[in-house]
Amino acid sequence: MTGTEARNLALAAVAFAVVACLPLAGSAYWLAIGVTIAMYTVLATSWALFSGPTHYISLATAAFFGVGSYTTAIGIEHLPYWTLPPIAGVLGAVLAALVGLATLRLSGVYFVIFTLGLAELVRQVIIWFQNVSGTKGLYVLTSITEAHIFWQLTGLAALVYLVGWAIWRSRLGFALRIIGDDEEVARHSGINTAGAKVLLFMVPGAVAAITGAILAPRYVYIEPATAFTPMLSFQVVIMALLGGTSRLWGPLVGVIPFTFLWEAISASFPNQTTLLLGICFLLIVYLLPKGFVGLLQAARKRVETREAWA
Amino acid sequence: MTVADPVLSLRGATRRFGGLVAVRDFDFDVGEHEVLGLIGPNGSGKSTTLNLISGALKPTSGSIMLRGRTISGLPAQEIARRGIARTFQLVRLLPSLNVLQNVMAGAVFGHRRRWGHEAEAQAMRMLEKVGLARRAHAPVGELTYIDTKRVELARTLAGEPKVLLLDEWLAGLNPTELEEGISLIRALRDEGRTIILVEHVMDAIRSLCDRCVVMSSGAKIAEGSTDEVLSDREVIRAYLGDDDA
Repeated sequence: MTGTEARNLALAAVAFAVVACLPLAGSAYWLAIGVTIAMYTVLATSWALFSGPTHYISLATAAFFGVGSYTTAIGIEHLPYWTLPPIAGVLGAVLAALVGLATLRLSGVYFVIFTLGLAELVRQVIIWFQNVSGTKGLYVLTSITEAHIFWQLTGLAALVYLVGWAIWRSRLGFALRIIGDDEEVARHSGINTAGAKVLLFMVPGAVAAITGAILAPRYVYIEPATAFTPMLSFQVVIMALLGGTSRLWGPLVGVIPFTFLWEAISASFPNQTTLLLGICFLLIVYLLPKGFVGLLQAARKRVETREAWA
Repeated sequence: MTVADPVLSLRGATRRFGGLVAVRDFDFDVGEHEVLGLIGPNGSGKSTTLNLISGALKPTSGSIMLRGRTISGLPAQEIARRGIARTFQLVRLLPSLNVLQNVMAGAVFGHRRRWGHEAEAQAMRMLEKVGLARRAHAPVGELTYIDTKRVELARTLAGEPKVLLLDEWLAGLNPTELEEGISLIRALRDEGRTIILVEHVMDAIRSLCDRCVVMSSGAKIAEGSTDEVLSDREVIRAYLGDDDA
């Protein structure tokens, strides 16, 4: 580990410690915003770990998230709560591996459509099961508070950053950058491209499922329409792209402003949210194709060129 | 003609694209430390043959063996790992990585695998070999055409492959660059590397290749020492047409 890396690690630890104090401030409004930001940070950062280097746009976040929510909703009757997020993580990773093996050999377009369909598929299976068994939604009644949820999500975020950092430094991370640049070269250099992609896709799968498991007590009542909402998948993509996927901290820079923007939109135009989400997506893709990270890198480059000429 | 103890052998290798037979019943061997020229007019199936060997395409029938073990049908990454490295007809570099990292791709994932400082040192040695060490930290977008070719060559060398496939590596170079390019490949030849050279530049073929295999319309029409093959009437006819033969 180099000096800069040690310094960054220490800074990150301090930042996390400060963030973890938020519930102590005593404001229910800010804590609710904090939970939303922590949730999307975890989802968007883990999404970008896979989609950043490979350029495969995954719309499966809702599928994994819903599987996690249902893990808690079903499991809470039989198992202690603390076992449920890890179980959800394993289920999410297995589901991601299956999806990956089935689709990642195909080109990007098929992958996008398949992942979008996956959430719908899982949702329909659960609705069918509910119709057969005659049940409706499930209640998750626990003594878990908003502050507990926030701390769990903050801890999960720290874990995601550590995993992302470890992957970036590993052979797998190097392989993924090569795959992202030119898959043909990657194969001919001796990289098992399908294997690397499946392995990496399991990370956002597991993380989104854990997030769903952690958040289930917040929703109290779990039903397919809320647990598998496609809006979640799209929001994660938009936030990650707004921030930029070429750096580990990129998605965070997108999550924070977008959460406030979305808060304002849902309060002022509750009936037009889908339309406005679409417009946000178009604006980001056209105006900020590389996100805030790209903007920052371009600015830095301009300064460097100016210095070089001075 | 067969080679005793060949490194690479093709036996009846055939590739069809629908009704078109791009490579037909192709046999040849490459011996250890040999530089074999694979030549023929445009569209004769040379690049398809390289694609069959490197695993970019699978043969429709026939077999390809590396040191007696069948590699045809294996995925490209497995073939690369077993020791066959290639350059591409149109240079393919990794644009988001710098020169050194491009070469490290070969050192980390190739036939002989290294990691960390060892991979970096190996990549640096390869850059010195191709004469590009001083540009190690440059972005690949800033390189001249011949330098991009050097990077690609260094990347294939970095994994210490048993067989090197060069697909028109000298194409598109100006006369000065061509001289540099030829001497670079001659240096590799003098190191005792096993190379298959797909090439159009006749001077390069004459000065570099021990032996040549000539293809026309997907089939082998001649094989032998370079001088012999280049004066063969059949070969001249394939290149220039009937009137000149």
